[in-house]
Order: sequence, then structure tokens, then C-alpha cells
Amino acid sequence: MIRSGVTGQRLAALFLLGCLLFNYPLLSLFTGRGEIFGIPVLYAYVFAAWALFIGLMALAVEKRGD
Amino acid sequence: MLTGATIVLVSFAYVGLLFAIAYYGDKRADAGRSIIANPYIYVLSLAVYCTSWTFYGSVGRAATSGIGFLPIYLGPTLMAALWWYVMLKIIRISKANRITSIADFIASRYGKSQMLGGLVTIILVIGIVPYISLQLKAISTSFSIILKYPEVVMPDKAGAALFLGDNTFYIAMLLAAFTILFGTRHLDATERHEGLVAAIAFESVVKLLAFIAVGLFVTFGMYNGFGDIFTRAAEVPQLYALLMLGDASGSYTTWASFTFLSMMAIMFLPRQFQVTVVENVNERHLNKAIWLFPLYLFAINIFVLPIALGGLMHFQGGSVDADTFVLTLPIAQQQPILALFVFIGGLSAATGMVIVETIALSTMVCNDLIMPVLLRLKALRLNEKIDLSGLFLAIRRGAIVFILVLGYLYFYFAGEAYALVSIGLISFSAVAQFAPAIIGGIFWKSGTRTGAICGLSAGFLVWLYTLLLPSFAKSGWLPITFLSEGIFGLDLLRPQQLFGLSGLDDISHCLFWSMLANIGCYVGISLLQKPSAAEHSQANLFVDALKQSSTSGSRFWRGIASVDDLVALLGRFLGPKRAREAFTLYARSRGEKTIKALVADADLVHYTESLLAGAIGSASARAMVASVVDEEPLGIDEVMTIIDEASQVLAYSRQLEQKSHELEAATNELRDANHRLQELDRLKDDFISTVTHELRTPLTSIRAFSEILSDNPQLDTGQREKFLGIIIKESERLTRLINQVLDLSKIESGNAEWHSSEIDMREVLDDSVTAVSQLFSEQNIALETSAPSVVPPIVADRDRLMQVMLNLLSNAAKFCERQDGRVIVRLTQEQDALRIDVIDNGIGISPGDQEVIFDKFRQVGDTLTQKPMGSGLGLAITREIISHFGGKLWVTSSPGAGSTFSFTLPLRSGSKFQVPSSRSK
Repeated sequence: MIRSGVTGQRLAALFLLGCLLFNYPLLSLFTGRGEIFGIPVLYAYVFAAWALFIGLMALAVEKRGD
Repeated sequence: MLTGATIVLVSFAYVGLLFAIAYYGDKRADAGRSIIANPYIYVLSLAVYCTSWTFYGSVGRAATSGIGFLPIYLGPTLMAALWWYVMLKIIRISKANRITSIADFIASRYGKSQMLGGLVTIILVIGIVPYISLQLKAISTSFSIILKYPEVVMPDKAGAALFLGDNTFYIAMLLAAFTILFGTRHLDATERHEGLVAAIAFESVVKLLAFIAVGLFVTFGMYNGFGDIFTRAAEVPQLYALLMLGDASGSYTTWASFTFLSMMAIMFLPRQFQVTVVENVNERHLNKAIWLFPLYLFAINIFVLPIALGGLMHFQGGSVDADTFVLTLPIAQQQPILALFVFIGGLSAATGMVIVETIALSTMVCNDLIMPVLLRLKALRLNEKIDLSGLFLAIRRGAIVFILVLGYLYFYFAGEAYALVSIGLISFSAVAQFAPAIIGGIFWKSGTRTGAICGLSAGFLVWLYTLLLPSFAKSGWLPITFLSEGIFGLDLLRPQQLFGLSGLDDISHCLFWSMLANIGCYVGISLLQKPSAAEHSQANLFVDALKQSSTSGSRFWRGIASVDDLVALLGRFLGPKRAREAFTLYARSRGEKTIKALVADADLVHYTESLLAGAIGSASARAMVASVVDEEPLGIDEVMTIIDEASQVLAYSRQLEQKSHELEAATNELRDANHRLQELDRLKDDFISTVTHELRTPLTSIRAFSEILSDNPQLDTGQREKFLGIIIKESERLTRLINQVLDLSKIESGNAEWHSSEIDMREVLDDSVTAVSQLFSEQNIALETSAPSVVPPIVADRDRLMQVMLNLLSNAAKFCERQDGRVIVRLTQEQDALRIDVIDNGIGISPGDQEVIFDKFRQVGDTLTQKPMGSGLGLAITREIISHFGGKLWVTSSPGAGSTFSFTLPLRSGSKFQVPSSRSK
């Protein structure tokens, strides 16, 4: 299996980013009232961040060799 | 419309379909055309992570804690990013060592310790039991509810009798039968179940579709989309609190510890290890799984909160358990088909988990717990039995039934006190105890067996005390005072406020204390002791797994074995026929025809052990092989020596490589030298032929004129003198030529005599000009000299320098302008050399000829039409002389603009001593 070092490093960096995104204190920014398109901000934030995170991982894994 | 019979029939039909898929998958696997050998099936099989907990429990959790259900799915998402390093390594190690379970993995890492394997198995069985009971509870509850269709009635468990009077018991037994049929039809050396994986993948599709169907129905059928649900929920104060974190959903600590627990669970749950590692067909599939698996988790969670809010708003007053909203909402809305689909989806989620989990657990119970004990009991005489594979299957089947009965008992005694998710978290906390031993084990070489045993035991005991026993106490099975007053009434030992630690939820509390004990013991004890030889070699094998292309443990073995013993040993566990097949295969790979030709060397013993490890676990395999083989134990020193030898071999091979590079370079040099020699040889031939040619020309004219004189005695005196003159001139030319050839060859061969002395270049210049002044005035050529008044002396042969000067001057005279010839001789002093230029205003030399003229016998110009004006050796000799003194001779010229011949003589050339400045003029 071709294991280019850069992909692993990107994923590790993503892991750290994820730890930030889904934890205190970033989460606490979205705990208040407020809505986006009728959806509570906390719910919207977590799912948007989650989707973004998955997208970035897909990008890191699938775009190899550059 | 939805009668009990319909439901049971559909359920069995569904299970039948699963069997069909599994059967087809196995058939295809046997035919060598695997249907699971693609990353998508792999990802779907990983989704066995989503059980009833996810299917029913998440909504229940969301109904009490808002998005507090999410860390369980965010953890695996985060962990997936690290799979690139961690999971790949675990897969590589497991494949190289034929590891088939998590107990096997840990036992193998710490020196193939049977004790450690047994300990891990015990922890897992006890730890996973609540998780299995969760599935039983979900199936039993959902079955009772859907039976009551079209009414929504919560099952009443109070009156049920233990075992035979309880539906759940029958469900447990059905699941056991189902699992036995799926997983233990035969004993496989690799413990892979392709058909099973295909069925699990199918179940993952069903549960996802069912859940999304309910989600769409609730969100868009009962309400008008997400916005509508949230807006309406926001109007109810209790519900609005769910949409914020930190109030109802617990603190950030809870959030973080749940995330951590699920990160560990996704790797170390027995069923996850089974599908991710053991059933992995190709490690490349992991790449896709890194992002596709989180995507699956994402998809199955989108509708959790809407369903929870919808349920809370629809069933007000708390009459309906939130864990059942997924099923009760469709029922309440009179949607029989959807309700049935949801029921099947829930069944998928539960059965998938139970099957894979119990298969994995039963393998461990058999390989790491029961067999080692049975094999040690001499009274059973198991060592003498020919074929033990039947016994193995029986033990595994028994283990499956045993585990499900345990699950049922936990459900019966403790299950009612907790929601689904809370039960599952108890199991997660148990599984997290493996994290230090495994992650430490694959990245840290110094972790030892005793350290792992102590760490695991300590963590497990803390978990037992702070989480499992309290769960019994809460369900009334233990006195409740145990919780409020601690054991023996000791306040400090209250299980959920251990040593007075309060303010944490029970899971975080347990996680903190158990990890403290676990990691503390593991690291502390590992650092206190030296690993044994076996531990050391295994540690190297595991930690360096990604560096080695193929791992082999055979280097660390020494002993005497017989092939027959090994065949017989393998035959007892795999069946004699398959054992012989395996050995024949091995013999062929070694280029031998039959088993008899094999030699029982370290490799063969290792091969046997690894085959056996696939069937009975590495620790047992080690013990079994040791029983038939006369082994010499390797000391730690010897293992270190082997490792040292390996690095020495590496160093030698590097040296060899270097040597071979040097050899190659030498070869190239030799080849070049050979080329030069051939060139020189050719040049020599050319030289001889040129010289003879040059000698023949004057000889021919001498002979011709001599013959004329001899044949014609009556020639008049004028003619005669003219001819004699020619003969004399040609003879002189001949002599000069021969002298020059001799001279050149002397110089070239280094035999020339040099009489070096300290000379003043200005004198040489004056003398040479004087010598040629006659010649120049005859040809009307003006000769000018310029030189500084004082130049430092140089050390050289005066006569040779004269020769150089005369040569250059006569050349200049030859090629000078006929009418208005002018030659300038210039002496200048450069930094560390004297430079002499001889400048003429003759016809010049074309750039192409400027280097050629220094070659022997090369004369510029058309030699056919013009009479040669020299021997063609003068410049060659000149250059040889100049270079002998360390100088340089060159020409700058362009056609029609005259030529400048220049040479330099280094100031200290040839002198071994510093020329005293006082002697310079």
C-alpha cells in the first residue's frame, strides 16, 4: 500500500482540528439562542462542522500523490 | 392488520434472507470470487457499530439530553482520521501474526502470554454482557410494542418469570441458534466469515434505510420540515433546553469523556475488531472507510433530534418511553408498513451486533480461556486425541449460548433500571480499558507483560466497582446503601464519588479513576522491570510492524522438531486432512514435492505455529508447539544478539553496496584508460606512417637527383651544382627531421636531458633575436622586442628555451607578410609567471586550425598545392618543452590579422628553493 507521508500528516492535522471543532470552548460559542433557517445554531453548527470534517477527510484521502 | 403471525413470519423471512446472503457470500468466497472484496461492503460492515443503541437509544438519549447523543458518533469520526496510522498498523500486525481477536492481539504483543489472553477475555465477557442485554431489551421491547398495533402500549415486565416464562429468553436463544448457524459451521484457520460479513453489510443498509424512512416521515410527514419541528419545539420551554448544550445535555466533561470512550470503542469493541481487522480483505479498503464510515454515522444521525422532538411533542406526559419513539410514532400515525419496516430495521441493528459480538467473544472464550485450561488438565488426555476440531466447535457453540444467557440475565436483573444508551456506555467504559495496553503496545517497546496485566486488572476492578456494581445496586440486586454509603460503610469508597470526587457524571467518574489506575500501573510497572526475551521480540515485531515488509518470528527460535509431530499437532486442531493440505502447500512453496522432503526448521515451526494461532489463538498455539518441539529457550542476551546481528548484517550489506559502487567506478576508469591506450596505439601507428612518409619525401628527391647525376656525367657544371645543392639541402632537411623525431620521442618518453639552471629570460630573448636577425633582415622583416628592465629569474634549461624561441621566431618569419613583415617579441611579467608573446602580421590561422597546429606533422594550409615549409614537428616539440617547465603555449589569431603565439613560464617552476631576490637583476 502506498502510504504517502503527507496524507497521514493531513489526516493527523484534521484530527486535531476535529478535536477543536467538537469540544469546549468552540462548542460553547453556539449554545445560545438563535436560529439559522429555523434550525437552532448548536444543531446546525455541529452537523455543518461534521459534514465539513468528513469532506476534508475525503479530500485528504482521495487526493493522494500530489 | 399487523398480526403477531405476520410479524413473526416477516421476521423469519428476513432472517432467511440473511442466511441466503451469507450462504451466497460463502459460496462465492469458496469459488475465489469474493463479494465482500470492495471498500463499500467493508464500510457497511463497519457500520455494525450502529446497534439498537443507535437505532432506538439515540432518540431516547436525545429526548433527555439534546445533542448529547452525538459524541458517540463524533468520537469514531475523529478516530477515523487517525486510522491511517493506528488501524493500519493493527491490521498489518494481525495479518502478519494471524491474530484473530483482541485477546489474541494483546496476548501476542506481550510475549504470547496465555494469562493475559485469559484476562482480556474475562474482562470482555463481563464488559460486553450489558451491551448484549441492551440488544435483547431493544428486540423484546420493540416486539412487544409492535404486537399491540395499532395501540401504543409500553410493555409491562413486572410479571414475567425468569427463563421459560419470558419472551426475551426465547429471543436470546433464537439469536444464539442464529449465531451458531452463521459463525461456527466450521473451524477456519483465519477466522474469516465472508458470508457473515455480506449479511452484516446488508443489515447495515436495512437499518439505515429504515431509520431514514422514519426520519423523513416524522420530519416531512408529521411536520413541515426541520424548521417547523424546531420552531414548534422552541415554544415548549423544556424542549428548548434540549437545543442548548451545558444545561440538560450535561457538562462539557461528559461530552469529552463520551467522545473519548467512543473513540476507543470503535477500535477495541470485539465486533469492531472482528470486522475492521479480522475480516479485512485488503488494507486499501481502510482508505475509503476513513471518510465513508463517518459519512454513514452522519447519515444515520441527522434525523435523531427531529424524531426525539416530534415524539416528545406527540406523546406528552411521558407515557411513552423515548427509547421507543422510532417505532411508536409510526404506530401512532397508523402506518403499519413503516412500523414493520422500522421493526425489521431495529432487528437488523440488534442481530448484526449480537452475531458478530458473540462470535468474536466465543472465539476468545474458546481460544484464550477454556482451551488453555483443558489442555493443561492432564486427566482429560487431550494431548493424545487425534482430532480436536470437533471439540473446538462444541466449545464455541457452548460459549455463544453462555454469553447470550449472561446477557439475558443482566437484562432480567439490571436492564430495566437504565435507558439503552446508559447500558451501552457501561460496556464502552470496559472496552476502553484496553486502550493503554494496545496503543501503548504498538507504539512503545518497553511495555511489559506484567505492566499490561496489572494495568488491565486495576482498570477493570475500578470499572467493576464504580460502574457495574452500582448498576446492580440501582436495580435493587445489591443493597442501595452500597451506593449511598460505600462498601463497609466507608464514606470515601462510595462507588460513584470515589475518594470524595464529585461533580462528574458516573461514566466520566469511572473513566477518570479507571484510566488513572490502568495507565498508572501499565506505565509504572513497565518502567520498573526489564522485558523477557519473548516480550522483547514480540515488542519489536509489533512496534516496527510498518517498517518491516514481512515480519517473521522464526529468527527467534532454536530447537529440534520433527515434521510428523508438527503435522499431527496441526491435524488435531484443524483436522488431519486440512493439516496435510496446508503442509503440502508449504512444501510446494519451498520447491519440495512431498511433506516427507520437508525439514523441520525454524521456518516450518513458525509456519505451524501461525496456522495454529489462527485457530486457537497465539498464546495457546505457542504452548502447543512447545509441547511437541524440543526447544532451547532463548535468553534476552541472545535475542539482543540476533537483533544486533541483524543490524550488523545491515551494516555489512551497506558496506558491500559501497564496495560495489567503488568497483563500478574503477571499472569505468579502467574502461576509459583502455580507450586512451587504444587511442595512443592508433596515434603511434599514425605517427610512424607519417614519419616514414616525411622521411621518404627528401629521400626520394635525393635519390632522384643522385640518379640524374650518376646517369648523366656530361651534365654541365651549373646544372650539377644546382642538383648537388638540392641533394645537400634535402639531406639537411632529413637530418633535421630525424633529429626532431628523436628529440620529440625523448621528450615524450621523459628521457630527454634537461640542464636546468637559473636563467634570465631577457638574455634568452636577446640571444634568440640576435640569432635570427640575419634571417629576418634577409626577408625584410622588421623585428621589435619589448621587455621590462628587470624580470625575476626562472629555473629552466637555457638551450631548450632558445629552441622554443627560435622555433617560434622562424615560424613567424615563415608566415609573415612578404612585403611589409613585422614581428614583435614581448616579454611581460604576470602575477606568478613570465609571459612571452611572438606577434606577427602574417596570414593568420583559422579558428578551427588553432589547436591542430600543435599536433605532430600537422601543417596548416593546402599541403597538396603548397610546398611544406617545415617538418611539422616544431610546434609539437615547443609545446612539450613549455609544458615540461610547467607553462602553457597557445595561439590567438584570426585569418588575415596575424597570429600571436604566447607562452608562459611559471616563476618558481622546477625550483625547489625560493629564488633569492638579491640575485635578480
